[in-house]
Amino acid sequence: MASHDHANDHAHDHEHHVENFWQKYIFSMDHKMIGKQFLITGMFMGVVGVFMSMLFRLQLAWPDEKFAILETFLGKWAPEGQMDPNMYLALVTIHGTIMVFFVLTAGLSGTFSNLLIPLQIGARDMASGFLNMLSYWFFAASSIIMLVSLFVETGPASGGWTVYPPLSALPQAMPGSGTGMTLWLVSMTLFIAGSLLGSLNYIVTIINLRTKGMAMTRLPLTIWAFLVTAILGVLSFPVLLSAALLLMFDRLLGTSFYLSDIMVAGELLHNEGGSPVLYEHLFWFLGHPEVYIILLPALGITSEVIATNSRKPIFGYRAMIGSILAIAFLSFIVWGHHMFITGMNPFLGSVFTFTTLLIAIPSAVKAFNYITTLWKGNIQFTPAMLFSIGLVSTFVAGGLTGIILGDSALDINVHDTYFVVAHFHIVMGLSAIFGMFAGVYHWFPKMYRRMMNKSMGYIHFWLTFISAYGVFFPMHFTGLAGLPRRYYSNAEFPIFDELQDINVIITLFAILGGLAQLIFFFNFFYSMWRGPKAPKNPWKSNTLEWTTPVEHMHGNWPGEIPAVHRWAYDYSKPGYDEDFVPQDVPLKDGEIGH
Amino acid sequence: MTGLLMVIVLFLAVYAAAQIMRVYELSAKVREAREYEVTDKDNNTQGRLMLLFGIALLGSFVWMVFAWDKLALPKPASLHGVEVDKLWDISMGLIVFMFFIIQPVLFYFAYRYRGNSKNKAVFYAHNSKLEFIWTVVPAVVLAVLIIYGMTTWANTMNPTNDEEPIVIELYAKQFAWTARYSGEDNALGYANVRLVKGANVLGVDTGHVHAGDDFIATEIHLPVGRPILFRFRAQDVIHSAFMPHFRAQMNCVPGMETHFQFTPTVTSTEMRQDPSVQERVKRINTLRQGKGLELYEYNYLLLCNKICGSAHYNMQMNIVVETQAEYDAWVKEQKTIAETL
Repeated sequence: MASHDHANDHAHDHEHHVENFWQKYIFSMDHKMIGKQFLITGMFMGVVGVFMSMLFRLQLAWPDEKFAILETFLGKWAPEGQMDPNMYLALVTIHGTIMVFFVLTAGLSGTFSNLLIPLQIGARDMASGFLNMLSYWFFAASSIIMLVSLFVETGPASGGWTVYPPLSALPQAMPGSGTGMTLWLVSMTLFIAGSLLGSLNYIVTIINLRTKGMAMTRLPLTIWAFLVTAILGVLSFPVLLSAALLLMFDRLLGTSFYLSDIMVAGELLHNEGGSPVLYEHLFWFLGHPEVYIILLPALGITSEVIATNSRKPIFGYRAMIGSILAIAFLSFIVWGHHMFITGMNPFLGSVFTFTTLLIAIPSAVKAFNYITTLWKGNIQFTPAMLFSIGLVSTFVAGGLTGIILGDSALDINVHDTYFVVAHFHIVMGLSAIFGMFAGVYHWFPKMYRRMMNKSMGYIHFWLTFISAYGVFFPMHFTGLAGLPRRYYSNAEFPIFDELQDINVIITLFAILGGLAQLIFFFNFFYSMWRGPKAPKNPWKSNTLEWTTPVEHMHGNWPGEIPAVHRWAYDYSKPGYDEDFVPQDVPLKDGEIGH
Repeated sequence: MTGLLMVIVLFLAVYAAAQIMRVYELSAKVREAREYEVTDKDNNTQGRLMLLFGIALLGSFVWMVFAWDKLALPKPASLHGVEVDKLWDISMGLIVFMFFIIQPVLFYFAYRYRGNSKNKAVFYAHNSKLEFIWTVVPAVVLAVLIIYGMTTWANTMNPTNDEEPIVIELYAKQFAWTARYSGEDNALGYANVRLVKGANVLGVDTGHVHAGDDFIATEIHLPVGRPILFRFRAQDVIHSAFMPHFRAQMNCVPGMETHFQFTPTVTSTEMRQDPSVQERVKRINTLRQGKGLELYEYNYLLLCNKICGSAHYNMQMNIVVETQAEYDAWVKEQKTIAETL
């Protein structure tokens, strides 16, 4: 043990220390446990978020029907089973908030960054276990506050997940802008704090704690994706924090950052000189990078899963890194494409059209590289692989409509219609959730030391994949008919009468998709306790996490941390009998490494 | 009682699922394999399902286009709308083309290269030439789209007209629209929300030099073929003036003024005579008759398209495009602010 680094010592301190229940499961500082905490919390929030979408889909498909289930869950907000319009807006708002931030940011990035960064770079733990623990607990507190906000008298925040002021700033404008909105802001403030602590930790760990031989150019693409995601988070989340704080000042202290010349509910307000457009700029300066904070980890996971299960190196490793970096860089200069018609100077519209459409280039490179990785592979259809292929399909299907929406002239007429809803759910919602499922199926043995049931995984995938397209593909057509999003009912516009059949189809697929997730949850919890014991390297994978013992231990490796001699993608390399060569296997004489 | 039954059913369902899992695992054990290991048979089944799904996806896409294309907005009723739709058709054609190339290749590869224990994958890590091609080709195509898009956008937002546009203010508040016409001088009198009082719902400074001839309307009338400059104000929260038939939309923001200009080209009467519109109205009215609702007549619409509160879903106004003579006659009937306030 010549090379004693800090993390090494740290592991030794804990070696003979028996932990009690609280230290092990609740206030854990072990990255594997924290990753699992993020996953379970994220899954719970996912159930809440998806269930809300079922409720408002019922309303959209059958606006005149009364459903007893609505009154059961919504109480006074659905008297006799007829949903209140304010509750409809509350549901879409909290659905969006929960899915974007709590499930696909914390649940996805939080889970897999924590689980995989130390294991795949060869580190004993995160750079700071304590900050890591705080990161989770900030997230947990913010989740609890967000859930509590559902129960306040005037209802939760209802101004859409973007909570544009003045609507969100004025309690007189809608019930949801009362206490519910204050709690939303408090919750998001804590969320951002937690996210920043996590991101800083990820960056420091990846830069400093890589094992011997793990050059940046040998990192698995998962780690590259987590690194870039964390950098995006550190640079953009503080801007949302400032936007939220200013909004809080406007609400509670009577300042006028976003408010000017307003009369609401017959009352003239004193505010003067502020601009809601300022909020929109601040919000989307986070909001657009946020899309990639969600998407990049999913793409990273997919890179790993597709390479492993195609039994081939990922095609164009360096181009993949380059495209991640290009997407990340561009994501900071495209936020205005959410604001083409806000009254922003039209010249800015041109600039943002230009930068936005450029993103299609690195995205296309990624899609083509995934497909070429499949070419002449020996594809093993694990459930994780199915979800990864599903991701490539939705990433392409949703990404293509981005070429329409990023074009300011075309955005005029589909802005805020169901065409947009279809676009972002497919490209970001579905792709990211598929990436998350792929990650869970693939690394479940690493997390819970047991295997998930493959056949149930197959059924889960196909039902999910079919219903996902069944829900979101038809939405393009209602959007092209001009149907705006966030409408409680279309019945006031005879011109939309013909769209009702499509709405029913969408809702039926949504219910099917929602029910299909029960299969996943059953498989997950059953396998956690009763699944067959996992072998050390079930997918015959090259990365370092599969060199650790199946039983979890502090410090990850019982002896020395293995040194790395090659990149992560030596699958089916000529000259080897096995179709995989783990990263810790030294190069043979004369072998050319990466 | 129903609650108890539900709990029992749920319990039985979970129990049944657990038993099915056991069956899967035991049958794998009989085959001396482990349930989680992917067999050649699995790869064959899943590979074929992938191919099948790819075909079904493209098939259902084609079906949807045939079944639902008629639901899309009718032809544009404005000068710039024609240009926008041209760009739309080209972009849409391109992305549908790409969709029909990439998706089949993806699903075909998944099927074609499904795993087999006798096979070994080809070690193929990169190809600079290939990667160069699929970086540069999209770049070139996008460059063309970007330039085309920017030109269309510039022409839409800064149109050049021979004649001066008619200035109309659209005023948004929860949950109604009001229009204010600039009258004979074609200039709007100063207005601010602080001046809203009683009947003066738009807060117009009645003493302002341009205010006297302004008039307020609850329906928008536009003369065909004349450029119209809409100026937007909002009283309480952000709204969005969405006029989909004209391919026009702009947010209405409290505390600042926004604007959008376009030239309507098709009168409401002409639009109602368009065969595809008549077809559509007939279909809608068949539906409405079935439900006992009042019959529908085709109208251009102004909708609110930015979430603005509980009745956001019903914030609308009719737009009538008519001949110059009809428009002039309508204007004559209107009472100016000098007369009403």
